[in-house]
Amino acid sequence: MSHNDHHAHDLPELDETPYHGTYKGYIIGFVLSVILTAIPFAIVMGDLIANPVWNVLALIGFAVAQIIVHMVYFLHMNGKAEGGWNLLAFGFTVIIVMIAISGSIWVMYHLNTNMMPSHEMEAAF
Amino acid sequence: MDHAVTYKNNQFYLEKDIPHPAGSSTMLGFWLYLMSDCLIFAILFAVYAVVGGNYAAGPGPKDLFDLNLVALNTAMLLFSSITYGFAMIATQRRNVKGTLIWLGITGLFGLAFLAIELYEFHHLIHLGAVPQRSAFLSAFFTLVGTHGLHVTFGIIWLVTLMFQVGKHGLIAANRRRLMCLSMFWHFLDVIWIGVFTFVYLIGASQ
Repeated sequence: MSHNDHHAHDLPELDETPYHGTYKGYIIGFVLSVILTAIPFAIVMGDLIANPVWNVLALIGFAVAQIIVHMVYFLHMNGKAEGGWNLLAFGFTVIIVMIAISGSIWVMYHLNTNMMPSHEMEAAF
Repeated sequence: MDHAVTYKNNQFYLEKDIPHPAGSSTMLGFWLYLMSDCLIFAILFAVYAVVGGNYAAGPGPKDLFDLNLVALNTAMLLFSSITYGFAMIATQRRNVKGTLIWLGITGLFGLAFLAIELYEFHHLIHLGAVPQRSAFLSAFFTLVGTHGLHVTFGIIWLVTLMFQVGKHGLIAANRRRLMCLSMFWHFLDVIWIGVFTFVYLIGASQ
């Protein structure tokens, strides 16, 4: 501790809180999050969307919207934080996450559908 | 961060080190840690997506998940996010008491979230829906349990920081630590959006 304090006095005071939150920002983020949470729960609990494809697409849409709200209003992400490196690292992560998840689903789906059932496999040999 | 650097002919090094004030790169470093943590969760989500339908003739999401409980849990985590935001505003105003109060409230919401999750797990295990029952349940417990473990460590970190702030006040080092925990805490809420959407809502509607 004393070591850190010493440094803090030695060096010019950093603006170590570059993301100045405001009550307004947090409350806007909170209200948007509540709305974006309540709608998908209502969709599922009330069976509001009959078509299963549209149902899943709507749920994913609300999730993506809420993730963006959290990133902007709670994690204060913007193009300027840390000279843009935050946004760049985030973009890279999104790409890797998309490749990992959609790639896994794609490959494993084809593996499952192309897999020869075990009784046919015996007949083939 | 522009530092005047003079170069001489044939000189390929800096004569003076560029100053690195303590903690100047902590926020970016912690952000990179969160991004790598994101990849851990991405893999767990991918595993759940691949084997989440393999029930091994056991119970499926429709039989097990209680959406009222999940909605309550989501509310707890969302409340804890905004109360942590208020703690950060108190920190910016150098208000030690306000910071401690809001951190305490955040911790209580976090504990409520954990208690509800443990109740749910206990209920599932009581029904015989244990992790070794099917691939779906293994993937479910791993994904949701890893998130719960993160929340647990977040609460331990939060209590530690409450003692630090109480003892040393809102010194620069403590403000930096509070910023890191703030990112960690909001990040966990972002992961939870994925969990309640992909595991609970999509699971319960199929």
